[in-house]
Amino acid sequence: MKIHEYQARQLFREYGIPVTDGILCHTVSDVEKAAREMNRMVVVKAQVLTGGRGKAGGVKLAKTVNDAVSAAKQILGMDIKGYTVEKVLVADAVEIQKEYYVGMTIDRNTKSVLFMASSEGGVEIEEVAKTNPEAIHKIPIDPDLGMSDFMARKIAFKLFSDINLVKQAADIFKKLYKICINTDASLVEINPLVITNENKLMAIDGKMNFDDNALYRQPEIAVMNEPDEDEKKELKAKESGLSYIRLDGNIGCMVNGAGLAMATMDVIKHFGGSPANFLDIGGSSSPKKVIAAMNLLLSDKNVKVIMINIFGGITRCDDVARGLITALDEMKVDIPIVIRLSGTNAEEGLRIIKEKNLPTVKSLSDAAQYAIKAIS
Amino acid sequence: MSILINKNTKLIVQGITGRDGGFHTGKMIAYGTNVVGGVSPGKGGQTVHDVPVFNTVEDAVRSTGANTSIIFVPAPLAADAILEAAEGGVKLVVCISEGVPTLDMIKVNSYLKKKDVKLIGANCPGLITPGESMVGILPGNIFSKGNIGLMSRSGTLTYLMVNQLTEAGLGQSTCVGIGGDPVAGLYYQELLEMFENDPETEAIVLIGEIGGDAEERAAQYIKEHVTKPVVAFIAGQTAPPGKRMGHAGAIISSGSGTATEKIAAFEAVGVPVAKLPAEIPQLLKKLMKK
Repeated sequence: MKIHEYQARQLFREYGIPVTDGILCHTVSDVEKAAREMNRMVVVKAQVLTGGRGKAGGVKLAKTVNDAVSAAKQILGMDIKGYTVEKVLVADAVEIQKEYYVGMTIDRNTKSVLFMASSEGGVEIEEVAKTNPEAIHKIPIDPDLGMSDFMARKIAFKLFSDINLVKQAADIFKKLYKICINTDASLVEINPLVITNENKLMAIDGKMNFDDNALYRQPEIAVMNEPDEDEKKELKAKESGLSYIRLDGNIGCMVNGAGLAMATMDVIKHFGGSPANFLDIGGSSSPKKVIAAMNLLLSDKNVKVIMINIFGGITRCDDVARGLITALDEMKVDIPIVIRLSGTNAEEGLRIIKEKNLPTVKSLSDAAQYAIKAIS
Repeated sequence: MSILINKNTKLIVQGITGRDGGFHTGKMIAYGTNVVGGVSPGKGGQTVHDVPVFNTVEDAVRSTGANTSIIFVPAPLAADAILEAAEGGVKLVVCISEGVPTLDMIKVNSYLKKKDVKLIGANCPGLITPGESMVGILPGNIFSKGNIGLMSRSGTLTYLMVNQLTEAGLGQSTCVGIGGDPVAGLYYQELLEMFENDPETEAIVLIGEIGGDAEERAAQYIKEHVTKPVVAFIAGQTAPPGKRMGHAGAIISSGSGTATEKIAAFEAVGVPVAKLPAEIPQLLKKLMKK
């Protein structure tokens, strides 16, 4: 789960990390009011759940209230990578001496929280990682020790030599680690962390992602979720025990298992087709779930053919077949369907499906080719 | 030989009185796995499928001499169950539970390392040494005894691959489902080392997917340490960035973790990557002839 910059700033503030002031606005008149209230140079920043806002023109400096108003007019309603800007943050534009990057993520390899720090702040860190990887210090944090004083200091000395700045930075690093652990974050970034003209370290941007598996124990984080239309559909699918992601093709896929669902999409693409979705119906094969899955596929108007790929392991193919027949009896489906079943009780499953005169194929490759042919 | 489990595996089931735990205990016993006990706090003294149930892992290990545990408890309780297994004296823990928080897995891995206990999972289908022992939720009937070692991040895709291998006359030494989470127990590198050292394994199949850089690291390890033939498949070649494809670990983030990078990493060290799952048996046969 992702949150907006203004939400990350709130969390930083709660944990005592110095952040520049900012006011969240939904309309141009809100922005005018905010700029008047702040009465200094501000920056108007699009609040969307994607990166590259600056590059897209979603972040503008404003010296006067009029500047802020015209920036707001340009940014509100703007499209950034498919996201419409519905709100902006009007933030204090502090004078900056230098910018740094500080972040934390989960490192699969060391199985720990990985702390990252760089003097190359303010730019996209992915770019730094590609062009100048040595400029990013990466330190795995021992989960038993947490962020010790010495470790926070050690990392701070990699970025600063002035002990006054080192002390401020170490304090921020410890707090950042604490946020990460307390909120089950999977990513925390301050980019940039800046030195102001007053020699104070301040966060002027923030980004946080959270572990979906831990949201059950993070009610205060979970309420911050603002899903877009596609994500709402994905969440609704999850309630029915389905894992669904909409794509832009026309072959609707229903598969059991995430890896097999991905492989199914790949095979479709390999033969020149285009999958309309990723859909994993999981282990159970109740008719109810199959109906929910069919409804989900049919609700996408781009779907012109449905391809069902089931490998019976614990899931029995005859159960899936019965579920499918029940589903088809209850709903009207006027697009072609192709079914591939193999594994546990496949013969019985295929017999049930053939009774209904539905097409079945033997291999995954055959199923993909059949689906592509059906719509060409 | 084989890796991790064999006919000497003595298994306990944590969460044996639950719906899934009970069901799969029956399946594992039917396959021939030596299930010696179960654990369910407060239900000590009962039996499930004629297997004695204990209150704690420690009791179960003391009474049965178990060396392996499989976990079927709900995700919020899974980390604690893994810790109990490690503290209780087993040497291998297999965690089936799906949806365990990542930070829990970080803590767990740190403790298990100190205890020198191995972990498979979480969020995995388990593992099987065909004809000897099955510790997991795998459909035992599709496996056959042989010389192919297999490791995979996914469940049903593994079954599809194994089914093809068996139909092509390529039996398996051990098949391990390592799970789809970002932070898991044993991973490619450790398993590659075990398969390399296992006299019964002649060739290795590695099934990866998008997300992380474990496949790239595996490729490097193969180049430096593995002499046996390896073939690979990567799922998610057409997955869009930023979308989590079912598995918590299967997400392309900030341009890394793509299938293209992983395929290139394998090909650069001479590991052929199948474009379609159906190509795996042919690729193996070709390499094994050499």
